[in-house]
Amino acid sequence: MWDYTDKVKDHFLNPRNVGEVEDPDGVGEVGSLACGDALRLSFKLDENKRIKEAKFKTFGCASAIASSSALTEMIKGKTLEEAEKITNRDIAEYLGGLPEEKMHCSVMGREALSAAIANYRGQKATKEEFEVVCKCFGITDKEIERAVRENDLKTVEQVTYYTKAGGGCGLCHPKIEAIIERVRKEMEKEAPPVKPTKKKLTNIQKLKLIEETLGREIIPALKADGGDLDLIDVEGNKVYVALRGKCSFCPSSEVTLKQYVESKLREFVTDEIEVEEVRP
Amino acid sequence: MKTVYVDNNATTKVAPEVLEAMLPYFTEYYGNPSSMHFFGGQVQKKINEAREQVADLLGAEPSEIVFTSCGTESDNAAIFGTLDSYPERRHFVTTRVEHPAVGNVSTYLARKGYRVSELSVDREGRLDLDELRETVTEETALVSVMFANNETGVIFPVEQIGAIVKEKGIPFHTDAVQAVGKIPINLKESTIDMLSLSGHKLHAPKGIGVLYIRKGTKFSPYMIGGHQERGRRGGTENVPYIIGLGKACELAKAHMEEENTRVRALRDYLEAKILEKIPNTLVNGDRMNRLPNTLSVSFEYVEGESILLLLSDLGICASSGSACTSGSLEPSHVLRAMGVPFTAAHGSVRFSLSIYNTKEEMDYIIEHLPGIIQRLRDISPFWHDYVKGRK
Repeated sequence: MWDYTDKVKDHFLNPRNVGEVEDPDGVGEVGSLACGDALRLSFKLDENKRIKEAKFKTFGCASAIASSSALTEMIKGKTLEEAEKITNRDIAEYLGGLPEEKMHCSVMGREALSAAIANYRGQKATKEEFEVVCKCFGITDKEIERAVRENDLKTVEQVTYYTKAGGGCGLCHPKIEAIIERVRKEMEKEAPPVKPTKKKLTNIQKLKLIEETLGREIIPALKADGGDLDLIDVEGNKVYVALRGKCSFCPSSEVTLKQYVESKLREFVTDEIEVEEVRP
Repeated sequence: MKTVYVDNNATTKVAPEVLEAMLPYFTEYYGNPSSMHFFGGQVQKKINEAREQVADLLGAEPSEIVFTSCGTESDNAAIFGTLDSYPERRHFVTTRVEHPAVGNVSTYLARKGYRVSELSVDREGRLDLDELRETVTEETALVSVMFANNETGVIFPVEQIGAIVKEKGIPFHTDAVQAVGKIPINLKESTIDMLSLSGHKLHAPKGIGVLYIRKGTKFSPYMIGGHQERGRRGGTENVPYIIGLGKACELAKAHMEEENTRVRALRDYLEAKILEKIPNTLVNGDRMNRLPNTLSVSFEYVEGESILLLLSDLGICASSGSACTSGSLEPSHVLRAMGVPFTAAHGSVRFSLSIYNTKEEMDYIIEHLPGIIQRLRDISPFWHDYVKGRK
């Protein structure tokens, strides 16, 4: 059984603002029967352009209904500019949290809100320039990007929990991975991660950090040039790697190793790292 | 709040008689049945008795009964134990609607390089025996087809399936976890070589199962250890649970007629009332070939988890094939394999009864369920559209 908070249960058992606003200013609709949940949100503005009335109709599980109910309560009295700032995280927090597997319900709420606001402004829903990444659930690259950015997601599994993308046949997993990688790189540029204070690492921490750094910083770049790299062993601060693909016979591989691999590892792990190549 | 438990395909209450039979074997008669002294010997005798009780329910020989830890272990042992005995055969046949205890083994085998064939089912959940005939070949190591489906209760014609399989000299296993105790089974005149059952589905506790292995069936032990279970399953016998399961099998045999008359009538009553009182409701699975205790219904335009939680709020315990209840995003593989439309697959609810259920309990469900479905439909945009005739 899901561990729902009392607030989720309350909004599920006593949903607020069920229905459709008469003569609405904006209507947003997301999800579908096939997906297993769907939300239709409508709102009306008052003379000061604040949301006077908001109503929902939802097909879905308890957390989908609770998220919709919460959303309508949260946006009432807000201007559209204020309402737009609401993230799925805010919805989940309003409910005292949602199980991670159910975060997509809060994302659905936020998306319905965007769609309804866009509808009011006379725009087509914000899906103008997009690619449908997950064909099973009809999730676009833009939606995945936004979920990764707002919730600091790191894995495909998390993206599935938050957006449903990748929860069906699984064919789109490589695409989702690529989006996560790209967005995370952009995020790092925007706000470079605080350099961890260099305290002494345990062996396992060091190994993990080396693996992470290779996977995130180094291997993708090598792959872009048709190469690859395997981690063979770690002994103290000595890191043994084997170059694969084009790298293995590239005349500048020595340079790659020292100037690129080693310097990256020194940057992210510890500046005592030395990289050595293992040849077959 | 009263509890109406109608989720007996998930697990059952331990029968009081079963618990009573088990209790002395924790603190009084705790000997190891393999020991040479009288203290272990008396336990050995009780285990033999339990083995006879299980064999009696199945129409098997006591020596063909192997105690395991659960239904999943029995399924795994049957599959891996057979594949190990036929290393040259690299083909495994099963269906698309198996329990994960077989279905995920099938996926695993495919990953390990086996050729795997999963037979499809029609809209009613029935197999196409011609497809089976075309699928089995000399290189097939094992065919494993469930006796009855856990979600819909649909019963497969296992004897016919076994006949087709045996004609080609291939061993046949059936996962009968949902069938044993609910419908009569006679393995004496049967085409089944191996059969799995699980104690907690028939009023014994969780943590005990059986693999029936017909005399003369090639089998390599899956759990390698001591000489227990004639070398077919190592590990000290789970004495109290084995004794409990023996008792449960004896009770199941005594209750078989009630299960197929009174319980069936309760299920049929519940089904008829639901269909009468709630529009846009469909029954999933072949109604003519179904376990007497199982009812799978789909309510269009609403979602199963919401239904279950509202039922649960009234003390009614059922389950659903909806995606949201499992944490996966797609509705039950069984309903999808049957081609149940999405409008209905997400809103499926399974009621599974036992001899402990009463007519009053059915009336309690019938009293509240229509209101629950209507309440959720009132929230659902699709119901709104459906009523408006927009879709």
